Amino acid sequence: MKDIKDLNLPEGLKYDVEHEWIATAAPFRIGVSDFAQDALGDLTYVELPEVGATFAKGDEFGTLESTKSVSPLFLPVAGEITAVNEKLNDDPGLVNSDPYGEGWIVEITPSDAAQLETLMDVAAYRKHLETAGH
Amino acid sequence: MSGNAFKQVGARGLILNEDLLWEKGKKGRSGMSLPESGLPPASLPAELAGTGPDWPDLSEQEVARHYTRLSTWNFGVDTGMYPLGSCTMKYNPKINEAMAALPGFAQAHPLLPAEATQGELRLLHELETYLAEIVGLKAASLQPGAGAHGELCGMLMIAAYHRHHGHRKTKVLLPDTAHGTNPASASMCGFSEVKVPLGPKGFMERSAIEKLMDDDVAGLMVTNPNTLGLFECELAEIIELVHQRGGLVYADGANLNAIMGYADLGKMGVDVVHYNVHKTLSTPHGGGGPGAGPVAVGETLLPYLPGPRVVKNGDRYEWNEDLPLSIGRMHSFYGQFRVLVRAYAYILSMGAELKKASALAVLNANYIKEKLKGTFELPFDQPCMHECVFTDAKQQPYKISTLDIAKGLIDMGFHPPTVFFPLVVSNAIMIEPTETESKEDIDAFIAAMLEIARKAESSPETLTSAPVMTKVRRLDETTAARHPRLTGDMR
Amino acid sequence: MRYLPHTPEDIWEMLDVVGAKDLDDLFETIPASCRRERPLDLPAPMSEWELSRHIESLAAKSGGDWQVFLGAGSQAHHIPVLVPYLASRSEFVTSYTPYQPEMSQGTLQAIFEFQTLISRLTGLEVTNASMYDGSTALAEAALMAQRVTKKSTLAVSALIHPHWRQVLETYLAPRQDVTLITLPMSSDGRTDCSPLKDCEAPAALLLQSPNFLGVFEDIPAAAQAVHAAGGLLVSSFSEPFALGLAKSPGSLGADIVCGEAQSLGLSQGFGGPTLGVMSCKMDYVRQIPGRLVGQTEDLDGQRGFVLTLSTREQHIRRSRAVSNICSNAGHCALTAAMFMAAIGGSGFRKTAQVNLDLAEYCKKGLSEIGFRPLSTAPTFNEFALHAPAGFAAVHKKLQERNILAGLSLARWYPDISDLSDTWLFGVTETKTKADIDALLAALRQEVRS
Repeated sequence: MKDIKDLNLPEGLKYDVEHEWIATAAPFRIGVSDFAQDALGDLTYVELPEVGATFAKGDEFGTLESTKSVSPLFLPVAGEITAVNEKLNDDPGLVNSDPYGEGWIVEITPSDAAQLETLMDVAAYRKHLETAGH
Repeated sequence: MSGNAFKQVGARGLILNEDLLWEKGKKGRSGMSLPESGLPPASLPAELAGTGPDWPDLSEQEVARHYTRLSTWNFGVDTGMYPLGSCTMKYNPKINEAMAALPGFAQAHPLLPAEATQGELRLLHELETYLAEIVGLKAASLQPGAGAHGELCGMLMIAAYHRHHGHRKTKVLLPDTAHGTNPASASMCGFSEVKVPLGPKGFMERSAIEKLMDDDVAGLMVTNPNTLGLFECELAEIIELVHQRGGLVYADGANLNAIMGYADLGKMGVDVVHYNVHKTLSTPHGGGGPGAGPVAVGETLLPYLPGPRVVKNGDRYEWNEDLPLSIGRMHSFYGQFRVLVRAYAYILSMGAELKKASALAVLNANYIKEKLKGTFELPFDQPCMHECVFTDAKQQPYKISTLDIAKGLIDMGFHPPTVFFPLVVSNAIMIEPTETESKEDIDAFIAAMLEIARKAESSPETLTSAPVMTKVRRLDETTAARHPRLTGDMR
Repeated sequence: MRYLPHTPEDIWEMLDVVGAKDLDDLFETIPASCRRERPLDLPAPMSEWELSRHIESLAAKSGGDWQVFLGAGSQAHHIPVLVPYLASRSEFVTSYTPYQPEMSQGTLQAIFEFQTLISRLTGLEVTNASMYDGSTALAEAALMAQRVTKKSTLAVSALIHPHWRQVLETYLAPRQDVTLITLPMSSDGRTDCSPLKDCEAPAALLLQSPNFLGVFEDIPAAAQAVHAAGGLLVSSFSEPFALGLAKSPGSLGADIVCGEAQSLGLSQGFGGPTLGVMSCKMDYVRQIPGRLVGQTEDLDGQRGFVLTLSTREQHIRRSRAVSNICSNAGHCALTAAMFMAAIGGSGFRKTAQVNLDLAEYCKKGLSEIGFRPLSTAPTFNEFALHAPAGFAAVHKKLQERNILAGLSLARWYPDISDLSDTWLFGVTETKTKADIDALLAALRQEVRS
């Protein structure tokens, strides 16, 4: 596994303790952090929600699978799914190779934009990784 | 003298390549005598008539070579030590195979009248009696097709008991150390899982159950000894508590090989337990199955056993189908009969020496634990039962993982232990030698493990690149899952 | 004891390392509340010779020498010596589930081949590595259809094997959300699918073809009916040899095919162990229970095989797994693959033809001595007939001569009056024309006397 100092953690995104990231302006894309993709290993399948589904903050909206594990995905803020990354159906490895770009997972319309403010910025997330270890 | 000097067991040998079946043969060949009816051919109507499956045609010798070559790419208990934790890979006696193959049994139709099948019925009846005796319970059913099917059977009985008594129960207590089959079986019966945390010493504590047990809990599923190889020593008190609050207790018999003749499940208060006959009772696992998963029950669940049940009237055996509370049928007929013949043969060969088998299984595991605990991390340093669980923590500084240790053992000529289970221990290495391994073989295994620990420090690349002695090297499981090719006809 | 290798010296040395004074000392962690007081009350250990004499005496009273004119979920077919001979190689017999693929390529390639040959038989893309038996394969197929469709109602043909129906009910007993609708028998011995029209949102229609009465079902019509209602067609079988002559259920519109494949090289063995099989469309692969073997490559680019898509299974997904199944009927699947290789596509078809010919001959012969076929609908190697009055007594008399001449369907179908005097017969290639003639002669003789 990568050392924390080697992780790619871009500025300008918000992070949650479950290692999802979310863009701070429309389109509100969501994915998992470099830490998460590295910890999970090579992904083999991404179970995506249906467009139009709505979830509360912290709800499970899909799963990431590697050959030997299944990990739930939690929505960092409440909202409606407006798009899913269909490319992941054929190439789940995009989450590993480009977690903040081609490997995005869903786009949402937040139902309460104020919830974004409760999430961590990159400095806080890096600190969270260093102190919590995970 | 207990020699722990390392001696390479694995050796190179000539292994032949072999194509897939449909890459061989020619249309028109045949590998067996084909019948002639001597009658005018009948036919199916055109809308039904097809062309038959596109299977290759091979000669008898082509088939013989194909499977003989494939067999040489395999490793079994007859090849070498197979200390796969929780799987109890003990020796599979050959007389059992001969008994199961007796033509009288092999050719018997299951719907023959009871008068014609007294031999089978007597065998089944006696085996049920022996199984109940071994665990200290009242009666047994032999129907379930494998261990997980026995679990399902047990939980279906618990669900039926609560339904019959008008109880509305929705949850089942499950310790973190449980095999995955336990929560999956509970879930198939509509129960949700309540996790019981592991106590600091590696077993469940009564206080944890006290907090979790409420009116919605149908019961507890427990494996004893648990998957850390430790005896659940508070179990009798825990069961008393579960019973007081209206729950029942299912025991997973995966680890029964540790306690035959030493523990009494009836006295503990267990309501139902399943057997894995391919573990405890020496029947071969056949590369995946078939197993058989009989269940034994106490008084409470006796009326709920699957039916039909074999009963003895005087000196005659017959089927009883008048079982108003029975959960019903679990199998097309009466269970995995010829697997059960093997288990019966094993019990009659061993008799009360089954107790000694348990004792030696526990001795072998403790001996390995003592010999390896300085070299490999032992998360729970206590007397173990039939298996011991280590981790790769002491090898991690050299970037050697549990997986590398397992693959390194392959090159040395051993089947690896169970790895990455139980989940409560990070990067677990779970070793179960069984009683049929001799001290010399155990010592050779210990020497191989110590050699791996040395290699982790001195030449870790020999482990990370292992195995190199096998037909194939490490396989790309990621691509297999991303782009599944599940038959020869998928591209 | 020959299975226990420890000498007294070994035991002392090992106890010394462990720090225990004797073997019982190893069990100190078992508290009194859990400890067994009584010795094991089991018969004294038998030598190999005593054991074989005893079990051979049981096998002599097993019914294995009867002349049986019946299938009903357990079929007599020729098994070439080659098959059990190869299947008994201990590298296959004494291995576990192939968790370490590098040292299990024999099992893995053989199961991959099994999956392929069964898919070619059922006409569906995916086949798993096996289930316990036909009945549990059917129950699991029903649960799978519920997951795929996210619906719960099941329409079940009255003409699937009655034991399989019972197993299905056992599996569903704790599930209060499930409605089971029984599709009745129509006058031609097929399933009447018309009640499906009034069935709200079925998850699946469960059918068996040939059905328990031996009759080929109208699979395309059933598929059309259930698909129109938004459900899946689960088509099961208990006699794979029928597919040597008939179109595959997958090609006729079935979405899931499951069944009992004991016919493919496995002994009847008083009903077990046998071989449950399950196939489905690739679209549903993430909902299929059981192990799957897939093809891949090793580090050097060599072809190899692994267990794959395991995230469906209990050891990873635990309470959310698609099934609790772990051990399957792997060695039975291996044996069946050997049988399919030995008989070949051409031999399978030819043998199936012989089954049909003999069955039609037997059906005709019985019709000439007072039996009346249940219907004119096509059958394979099993068929039901109305018996002449008094046949029950004749059947019993033939039993005294170790002949099982069919099975009374009245006990199995008390609710269908048309079956009250109906008997099920079965004939395979293990019977000759002369055997059938002898049966008919015996019947004629008993009917007369």
